[in-house]
Amino acid sequence: MEGHEPSGEAAALARADRPLARPVVHDHGDHDHHDHPHYDGPALAHDAGALISARSLWLSRSGRTILQGVDIDIAAGEIVTLIGPNGAGKTTLVRVLLGLESPDKGKTVRKPGLVVGYVPQRFELDRAIPINVARFVELGRGAEDEEIERMLADVGAGRIGDRQLSDLSGGELQRVLLARALIRSPDVLVLDEPVRGVDYAGEAELYNLIGKLRSEKGFGVLLVSHDLHVVMAQSDRVVCLNRHVCCSGIPQSVAQHPEYARLFGPQAARAFGLYHHSHDHRHDLAGEPQPSPGAGRSDQRPGTQ
Amino acid sequence: MGEPFLLRALLAGLGLALVAAPLGCFVVWRRMAYYGETVAQAGLIGIAAGLALSLNLTLSVLIVTFAVSGLLLLLGRQQIVPFDSLLGLLAHTALAVGVIATAMVRGPQLDLMAFLFGDIFAVTGTDLQWIYLGGAAALIGLLFVWRPMLALSVHEDLAAAEGTPTARTKLIFVLILALVVAIAIKIVGVLLTIAFLIMPAAAARPLSETPEQMALFAAIFGGLSVALGLFLSVTFDAPGGPSIVVMLALFFAVAILPTILRGRR
Repeated sequence: MEGHEPSGEAAALARADRPLARPVVHDHGDHDHHDHPHYDGPALAHDAGALISARSLWLSRSGRTILQGVDIDIAAGEIVTLIGPNGAGKTTLVRVLLGLESPDKGKTVRKPGLVVGYVPQRFELDRAIPINVARFVELGRGAEDEEIERMLADVGAGRIGDRQLSDLSGGELQRVLLARALIRSPDVLVLDEPVRGVDYAGEAELYNLIGKLRSEKGFGVLLVSHDLHVVMAQSDRVVCLNRHVCCSGIPQSVAQHPEYARLFGPQAARAFGLYHHSHDHRHDLAGEPQPSPGAGRSDQRPGTQ
Repeated sequence: MGEPFLLRALLAGLGLALVAAPLGCFVVWRRMAYYGETVAQAGLIGIAAGLALSLNLTLSVLIVTFAVSGLLLLLGRQQIVPFDSLLGLLAHTALAVGVIATAMVRGPQLDLMAFLFGDIFAVTGTDLQWIYLGGAAALIGLLFVWRPMLALSVHEDLAAAEGTPTARTKLIFVLILALVVAIAIKIVGVLLTIAFLIMPAAAARPLSETPEQMALFAAIFGGLSVALGLFLSVTFDAPGGPSIVVMLALFFAVAILPTILRGRR
């Protein structure tokens, strides 16, 4: 289906009982690849089963086009990762999906009564407000002290409930933000670069936790990252954004996509390698993905077994 | 303190301090000191209109503070002129118009000072009714929006993404602020009203660990300042409102001192 923004298809394929919203659904493994990043035609139907479904989002600010006809769906139980270079519009897209910003054109449909857990990219510590960690988490949902303490321990931030929010380190703050998102028992967890300031070991731990909770609770996850190796390991579906959706699909297929190679070419891959300094010697991961158990198979969503 | 005017002054000041404490915390947290100042200065237009039309002054001031709050909500939607510049523009326009209007209404012999700095010893029984009924309404309203206002003061986008009704909450808050400012103007004047809001809250901040504690300490500082300020005023025959503000400043200085000495930001 030429010109079709494919981001919703993996989710669509997983639900055989879903009424056909589109005339054609490809069923071969690399259906997520296509060569038409711009889709200017009439909007396709929203994915009725998705938690959040957006079609043909256009947005400009100060004469600069930030989103160009973006389609995206997030279904229950799947981890969708948004990757793309700086200035690609990742955070803007997240803000539109959350209803924090209105697009110039296009529409976002959220499931009625959708409970959102959100970890924003920037969190300015405001010392004017005296508030401790436990109370901050409680603002997410009026939970009992014990439940909050347990949640904090789950995200690796145990025993800091009494500390002032403004005294936390960057890594601690990220964990506390995650605890606040999770205590809401969200239908969808939206994480905008959630591992900022978290050390390397803690990062893997946090992603494992998110993956584990996703399996247990079945919520959907939208993750923004420019952290390529994490994206490859943790996502069910990757959406590569550069103002438009360049390509999307399971991580292995996206990694082989020419658009992806163009965006995160050998140079970018090296830059990411440097960014991850001594921990990451797999410079070839971005440009030349390593074989992994699922690489040869067709599109399959690990989150839905 | 057996004089009835003194008792009325004390009751008025204490009532005001009680309402101003939690409200002032939000003014401090949301950095709305200059916003409040603008609304308060606009109150002078309300005084002029009230004098010209022989209305209850608190009522006419209330109408104007509500109108200005609505105007500021509208003006806040554009981004070409920064909001604080707009506030400065409005505050000084209001002051200028207010001064001209009060001069024209009552002639130059009118004691403008009483409106700029208030006259707490001239508080009437009707004023007390305004303070306690209006104040109770303001406190109930604040209780109603406390949690959502706190959430969006801590992080507005996060609160909004979680489904906090931000626009409605902020609207209710600015209306409560307009109400309290209108009530306070008669007592402490156009120029000192915001001091009553921000100074107790600022003094309470260094001692507080929770938002509610800050509101509580602010109420205590406010109440003590009213009592001590009135005592000073009577003893040294100094103006009432300014004496209270000086006491508030002293409390703030003492409260912030350890923080400064520790060198903590």
